[in-house]
Formats: sequence, C-alpha cells, structure tokens
Amino acid sequence: MTVKDWFEQRKEMQIARRAPEAQIDDSIGKLWVKCYNCNSQLLKKDVEENLQVCPKCNYHFRINARTRINQLFDEGTFEEQFGNITAADPLNFTDTESYKKRVAQAKAKTNLNEAVIAGVGEIEGIPVSVAIMDFEFMGGSMGSVVGEKVTLAMEEALKRKIPMIAVTASGGARMQESILSLMQMAKTSCAAAKLEEAGILYITVLTEPTFGGVTASFATLGDIIIAEQDARIGFAGRRVIEQTIRQSLPADFQTANYLMKFGQIDMISSRADLKSNIAKIIRLHNYR
Amino acid sequence: MAILEFEKPLYQIQEKIQELKSLSESSGLDVSEQIKNFEHQAYEYKKEVYSNLTPAQRLQIARHSDRPNFLDYVRLMTSDFMELHGDREGTDDRAIIGGIARLGEQNIVLIGTQKGKTTKENLIYNFGMPQPQGYRKALRLFKHASKFNLPIVTLIDTPGAYPGMKAEETAQGTAIAVNLKEMARLNVPVIAVITGEGCSGGALGLAVADRVLMLEHAYYTVISPEGCASILWRDASKADEAAQALKITSEDLLKLDIIDGIIKEPLGGAHCDYEKIAADLKSAILKEINELKNTNPAILKEDRYNKFRRMGVFCK
Repeated sequence: MTVKDWFEQRKEMQIARRAPEAQIDDSIGKLWVKCYNCNSQLLKKDVEENLQVCPKCNYHFRINARTRINQLFDEGTFEEQFGNITAADPLNFTDTESYKKRVAQAKAKTNLNEAVIAGVGEIEGIPVSVAIMDFEFMGGSMGSVVGEKVTLAMEEALKRKIPMIAVTASGGARMQESILSLMQMAKTSCAAAKLEEAGILYITVLTEPTFGGVTASFATLGDIIIAEQDARIGFAGRRVIEQTIRQSLPADFQTANYLMKFGQIDMISSRADLKSNIAKIIRLHNYR
Repeated sequence: MAILEFEKPLYQIQEKIQELKSLSESSGLDVSEQIKNFEHQAYEYKKEVYSNLTPAQRLQIARHSDRPNFLDYVRLMTSDFMELHGDREGTDDRAIIGGIARLGEQNIVLIGTQKGKTTKENLIYNFGMPQPQGYRKALRLFKHASKFNLPIVTLIDTPGAYPGMKAEETAQGTAIAVNLKEMARLNVPVIAVITGEGCSGGALGLAVADRVLMLEHAYYTVISPEGCASILWRDASKADEAAQALKITSEDLLKLDIIDGIIKEPLGGAHCDYEKIAADLKSAILKEINELKNTNPAILKEDRYNKFRRMGVFCK
C-alpha cells in the first residue's frame, strides 16, 4: 500500500461513516453526541455553541432551516412569508403509505409546514429575500409548495429590488407529486430568468446535501454560488452513478471541494464565515 | 423485430394468415374467406387490447425498440435537414441532435434526443441519454433560432440525462438548469413533443416550450417508474404500481394541464405505421407554429412564463 492509497482509504472510511445520516448522532443520550466524521464523543452544548460544527475535526453537521435563519440574520429581523401554503395531494398518491400521511408525519416531526421557509430579513443591516430549505422535511424534496414559495421569494426580491438568497438542502424532486414536481424546476428557473433580466443579485448557498431536481434548477442558477463546507452536491446520486458505470467513484466525489476543482461553484464557505461572506458579496454589488 | 408480450397473439394470427396465403398459392385453393376471418379477428383483438392498455403496457410501447426515433422523424417529416454539430466547447454529444430544416413551408430549428434501435446504434447515441454537452449544444441552437427568428421544435425521447462521473464533473445539473432559464427567454415559438420517453430533468431540459405535445403512448414523468418503485416501495418490481400512481400517460397529463395536446398513434403504436405517425406529427407541429408565429415576442415570452408560473397544486 502506498501512502497515497492509505490517505485515499482513510478518506473513504470517513465518508462511509458519515454517509448514512450526516447528522449528529444523539443516540448516546441527551448530553453527549458523536461526530460521524472523526468519531469523537462531544458535549452537545459545545457543538451547539459552535454552530453545529464539530469542535474537534471541524466537520459541518446538517442543520435545519430555523437554525440556519438564526445563524444568518440579524437578530429579530427575519419575517416569515407565505407560511400558510401547504401540500395538497393532487394525484391521490399512495406507495407503501399515502402521501397525505407522509406529509402529516413530516409536519409533526419538524414542526414545519413544508420543506422550505421563505421570508425577508436583514444581513448586516441589508434587507434580502430568502428561501431556506429543510432536509428534515421529507428529505427537502421539491413539490408544488417548495416551487411556489421559492418563486414567490424571488418575486418578492424583484418587487422590492433586494438581493435574493436561496439556501438549498434537498434530495431532489418530490416523487409523490410526480410531473407537478418536475414542473417546479421549470417554474423556479423561469423566475430566476426574471431576476436576471431585472439585474437583481441572486446568491445560492448549496448545503449538505443538494441533489436532483433542485441542483438541476434554481440551486445552480445563482449569479454567485457558494457551497457550504462539507456539502455534497450533484445531479445523480452516487449509488445510481456507480450502478450505471459499474466502477467505484473517488472518495471525495460530489463534495464541495470536488465541485470547486471542476469550476462549478464560486467559493466554499465555512459556516462561521457564511454570514459575513454573504454580506460582503451583497455590499460589493452596491446594495445597502 | 422485438415483439411485446401482448402483441404476441396478434403476430400468431398474422403468421396464420401468411401460412394460408402461401398454401393457396401452392395448392390453388380458395382461402380468402378464412383469411378474411383471421383479419377480422386480428382487428378485433387489436381494438380490444389497445383500448385497455395499462400504464405499464403503454410504457413498453413507448420504449419499443422499433419505435420511430428522432432521425426517422427528420427523414419522414422534413426536407433539407442540415445537422449542426457541437457545443463549441470541445464536444459533439450524439444523444442530442439538432439542425436547421424545412417543415412543410416553414423553416425551423429542429432538436431532439436520438435513440438507437440496435445495441451498436445505442452505443453511439448513448441510449438517448445526453451529457451536459448535449444540453449546451441545444442551448447554442436555441440561441441561433432566436437570432434568426426560426421557430424551435424539440422532439424528446429520453430515459433521462446520463448519470455518469464525467457528466457530474462537467455539471449536468447546471447544464439543465441553464436551459430551463434560457428557454424562458427565447424570442421565437418553441414547440416540444414528447415522442417516447420523457423522463425527468433530462426531458424537461428541452421542454420549456409554448406548446408541449405528446404522442398518445409516450410518457412524461419526474422519475422512471422503476426508479420510483425502488425508492418509495424499496422494491423495483413494483414498477407497474409506480407507473399507475405517477400518472404518466398522455391523457393524465392533459387532464393535469401539463401538456397542450395529444397526437393519436396508429392502432398498435407508432412503430406499426411510420408514415402515418410522421404525417400526423408534422401537421400537429405546423398547426401550433402557425398559431404562434405572428405573436409579438414579448407577449410570447410572457405567455410562456405564465404557463409555467401557474403549474403546481397546493392548499392556501
């Protein structure tokens, strides 16, 4: 085994460990958590105070939309909008369980109405319109509601001539709404075209994980694309690709660093710097 | 020629008719009465089977290896087709073919996904699964059409954008997203037709159009029924149920207001009569172009935007 192989193997093991659920493992009690990446036992309080980033290895755990809002916006400035829009079940879809039931379960689990929160708020005193996705709500899947709320947030930015920010975390389209989910890709992308024509700054922040129909629509249409550290981003999932090409993929495939290498994103930001980076970008585009 | 399970009785009847014909030639017996009987039987069988197809059976017709492909339609519908190659960035993806052509009396830019009928052909066309470079080639041709005021026609038959390592490295998601955004801004009429498989973002990347049409047995969906079954049911063999639940047939999609029209296929499917389906497709496309071609570009764009803006069903 060469040294290079050893490093590759170590990286693979790390990724394999955190792949199933890149979330904090709180199975070991209320006080302690375990880091998926470095396996350290950590005090939950320490992780929370560190923006849900492992204090030992700096691994960025997934965070939900509300936590993200608290981290990004000036205190007390965020106002949620369009929160009353909720999922219908236009196709009367049932797989092993009905779509209605799955939505109800997701609502109960997350205390959210849908997989995205839209609203306006201030970042270092500058007003912005945002849509922030939540992976805990049905894998952050995009159905009619997500598409509508993202579009409405873009239209709000257009109306008020303020920057638009989308923070994505999604497994892709919501299959239970079939073709209607697919059409949300078109809808959000058409709205992004309107922002472009009006010269409104549109920033996307891709967080762990961003895949499928969200990657292939509004997530990658930002004038400036930021990937959060440790995010995995792609169109097709790793397993689907491995099955198709019948070979194993590099350990760091579809990570933020990998995308950076291939010129797909403008920058990688740590969670700690995300707010100030966004503020800097906005100010450098003459917003105040 | 590939024969589908529910097509078999039909082929058996046709074989019998052939046998009878050769019998009458060699022996001089008059069997016209029996032949007529069998022909009637075949017609009745066809009528019965094809009016009661399940979504899963129609999926098989949409994926039939003899189904007319993009180049068949080019040959049968257009004159003076000239292929325009390449994305100008180093690649000529073969899964998407485009060019300038004459459709009836109308000059157009024609773009489509190309599938092969044999394994050899399919290796060339990558089974109709485009790489990002294919979408970028299409975008270049969209802009060309917009510049020279040529209506755009896209013919879509794809199991999806290719899920490969190089596709990810060269930004499959971004390539599709950019097409969605740029199609919204085109100044010329865009007609998209799902001719076979309309699978996921790979199909949508050519389908942000003023009019979206479907061939009768084509399907259009966010994910293949097999993919859906293996994720939601955790069992790929539940694909038939998934096909039913996903509402992927042309009639379902017309009801949901996703598409604007259905082009009827010959009894038995498009592969049974190439000339007929090509002629019907051609006249359907021309009808839409004629309705749209004198529309002011700003209004055309606004209407296209509103068409997709409205899509989605939710509670408020």
